Amino acid sequence: MGDLTAKLLVLGGGPGGYTAAVRAGQLGVDTILVEQGSLGGTCLNIGCIPSKALIHVAAEYAAAAEAAKASPFGLRLGAPSLDLDATMAWKDGIVGRLNAGVATLLKGAGVRSLQGRGRMLDGKTCRVETDTGPQTIRAEHVLLATGSEPVELPALPFGGRVLSSTGALSLAALPERLAVVGAGYIGLELGMAFARLGVQVTMVEAADRILPGWDAELTRPVLRAMDRLGMALLTGAAARGLTPDGTALRVATGDGGEQVVPTELVLVAVGRRPRTQGFGLEGLDLTMDGAFLRIDARCATSMRNVWAVGDITPGPMLAHRAMAQGHMVAEIVAGARRAFDAVAIPAICFTGPEVVSVGLAPAEARRAVPEVRIGQYPFSANGRALTEAEEEGFVRVVARADSHLVLGIQAVGAGVSELAAGFALALEMGARLEDIAATVHAHPTRGEALQEAALRALGQSAHGV
Amino acid sequence: MGTRVVKMPDIGEGVAEAELVGWHVKVGDVVQEEQPLAEVMTDKATVEIPSPVGGTVLALGGEVGSRLAVGGELLRIEVPGAPDSAAPAPAQAPPERPREPPRERPQEPRTESPAKSPEATPARPAAPEPRPAAPPSPPRRPAPAPRPAGPPRPPGERPIASPAVRQRAREAGIDLRQLRGSGPAGRILHEDIEAWLRDGGAGPAPAGRAADTRIEEIRVTGLRRRIAERMAEAKRRVAHFSYVEEIDLTALETLRASLNAEAGERPKLTLLPFLIQALVRAVGEFPQMNAHYDDEAEVIRRHGGVHVGIATQTPGGLVVPVLRHAEARDLWDCAAELKRLADAARAGLAAREELSGSTITVTSLGALGGIVSTPVVNRPEVAIIGVNRMAVRPMWMGNAVVPRTMMNLSSSFDHRVVDGYDAAVFIQRIKGLLEMPARIFIGG
Repeated sequence: MGDLTAKLLVLGGGPGGYTAAVRAGQLGVDTILVEQGSLGGTCLNIGCIPSKALIHVAAEYAAAAEAAKASPFGLRLGAPSLDLDATMAWKDGIVGRLNAGVATLLKGAGVRSLQGRGRMLDGKTCRVETDTGPQTIRAEHVLLATGSEPVELPALPFGGRVLSSTGALSLAALPERLAVVGAGYIGLELGMAFARLGVQVTMVEAADRILPGWDAELTRPVLRAMDRLGMALLTGAAARGLTPDGTALRVATGDGGEQVVPTELVLVAVGRRPRTQGFGLEGLDLTMDGAFLRIDARCATSMRNVWAVGDITPGPMLAHRAMAQGHMVAEIVAGARRAFDAVAIPAICFTGPEVVSVGLAPAEARRAVPEVRIGQYPFSANGRALTEAEEEGFVRVVARADSHLVLGIQAVGAGVSELAAGFALALEMGARLEDIAATVHAHPTRGEALQEAALRALGQSAHGV
Repeated sequence: MGTRVVKMPDIGEGVAEAELVGWHVKVGDVVQEEQPLAEVMTDKATVEIPSPVGGTVLALGGEVGSRLAVGGELLRIEVPGAPDSAAPAPAQAPPERPREPPRERPQEPRTESPAKSPEATPARPAAPEPRPAAPPSPPRRPAPAPRPAGPPRPPGERPIASPAVRQRAREAGIDLRQLRGSGPAGRILHEDIEAWLRDGGAGPAPAGRAADTRIEEIRVTGLRRRIAERMAEAKRRVAHFSYVEEIDLTALETLRASLNAEAGERPKLTLLPFLIQALVRAVGEFPQMNAHYDDEAEVIRRHGGVHVGIATQTPGGLVVPVLRHAEARDLWDCAAELKRLADAARAGLAAREELSGSTITVTSLGALGGIVSTPVVNRPEVAIIGVNRMAVRPMWMGNAVVPRTMMNLSSSFDHRVVDGYDAAVFIQRIKGLLEMPARIFIGG
């Protein structure tokens, strides 16, 4: 095979990579995308999408199970049962549709896709091991979008009873008991989903509380929900490994003792690490930022015309950040002047209740500006929340006291992930409390809680104190 | 109470319109009789228009820079206890003109102008339209200058702007940290970017050298506009050709020094009176140089009198006062008249007649005269004599290099009516006279 040439080579077909490739193609940039697995990356294949599918099934199941016991609004159901094979098939069907969708997008944009493991020979040349043999690609620009992978614990290597999030999303049968190491958003989302499906779940977290990246007030409703589901929680605890017979997890507790947690499976979700090894990136001698590739505001690495987006770059490991970066890099390669200057990257935890945070939390805001004004509105005072029988949670607005500029918006409650769009828009537009307060929000919706929170921050709420 | 319309007076023969170059009053001012109201400019003179009556200014007839026809309305004065002036019928006067005041004062909020207008409409019965003062048609844009800049942002704080504004700024190469936002909480709006671009990006100067992209707009009015028009017209119509010759002024300088030493009370002589005297002599032999070429009528008018225009730099720009009948003046008379004209021109006091009617022009930049210049013929004249800098230079005088006081004359002619040969001989004649100055004063 002869060498291929392109203006842009994208290494990695996840959200950052394929978005960049499609956008570049749209802009007339001759682009080649190299992906070793399935298009769509972690997000689409083994992350966001399949986990949300499973979480949805779990929520439906839990609702049915609850209704079978005692429905507050008089619904009478028999005890539900779950055909897990059908669940997995349905989930895989969604993933398959989206895979095909990405391929169609790439094709439509005129991007050449190459399946195989790519290895950078230098800053402009990539050798790809394809099924039909090695292929060398030379490109003017290279975009590194190799993503991240789950961190393994030395005491709990993946395999057998020890699962990564990937394994947990494709179980053949539900275990009776599951231990989840790591109560960050990945571990908690999955742990809670399994708990809702009737699995006895124990969460093991090294920090002193769940979702350590989020403030305690915001996560308290999640903690209460865990309680209701009968999930066990060990905080300040470190997993030491399986017992010799493999039927229990040994956990070092905060008080110095050891606890043995009987379990069939262990899900290790202690974080993800950037995938910077094995693609020849070492040979490029790019400047690093810890384990990540150092980039500037244009996602440029230390080597000219070598760009990086997504999880291999410092910042939250979130698909939407990678997509925004990829979109931007494509436009830069096409000649536009761009910089990544988002005010906020929304973060969501799809537990039940869901948690959303955009911008600064109160404590962060207090460090950033002299004085802060906060307005919080509970869903227990929101009509729509009551009619959905899901009144846990609140919306909270954090603003500067002097200018009323909104610095952050958080929410916890059923369905609040869909409010994230409005939160992010308010922050990006530089909204003041008055802007949100004066925007007419549709009634009856959960979104009204945002307006009410702003009104409360202004001391103008007509609804409740 | 009556309204008196003050019209643009007839301020000179043949003047059909005058340019308004300045107002001495504004709407609402109380003026006395004979108090100057406005300054207008005609062909070359600036004239002050005095108030014919005492009263309160109701309306101004135009903006600075506009041209008003003679007999046109200059302004309106409300005169206590007097009948309305005849021109517009009294009942019609107020509803028309009081619409004008807001235009004169764009910096004031629109809502204030109606407060003044009711005084102007005392006799007006209740009209179906409540407010004549605020016509809805042209939405008045606020002047760009007093745009609210918004509060300054503490250093290091991130500018607040929507994604679209940020992208636009990036594409325009604007660093938003340099802008103040006029939006709520100091938010930078699209309008702020527009204002920034319009104002050329005035902001805190970055350290070190920086490109200054400011553009200052200066309206070309008054004398400058007149100069611009005349220069362009001269260059467009006259077929210029220039001729440079060097003159040995050693003898003349000796004579001038000697005369000045004995001048006593009289003003010191400069080179110019000598040049004018030589010019008068030369023109006697070359009458085609002391002429007007009326190119529209296709007539050349040779003048008997030598009226020498003296191009003079004034604070307002170039003016050309005229030394009239140089042929009838002796050297000292010439010198005195030159001084008087220059003083008057620089003080802006030159009368209209003193600024027009020249038949040939002399232009001199004195010490800034340079080596060569290419003067622009003062149309409809056909010749202009340019004086360059005088300097002592080494000259070859037959058998030795000797220091001589030398000066160039750079002259331009209208080649349509002056042949090159004639012009050259004319200048050679002047050269001969200046190099042997006694011949200037010896008849025949």
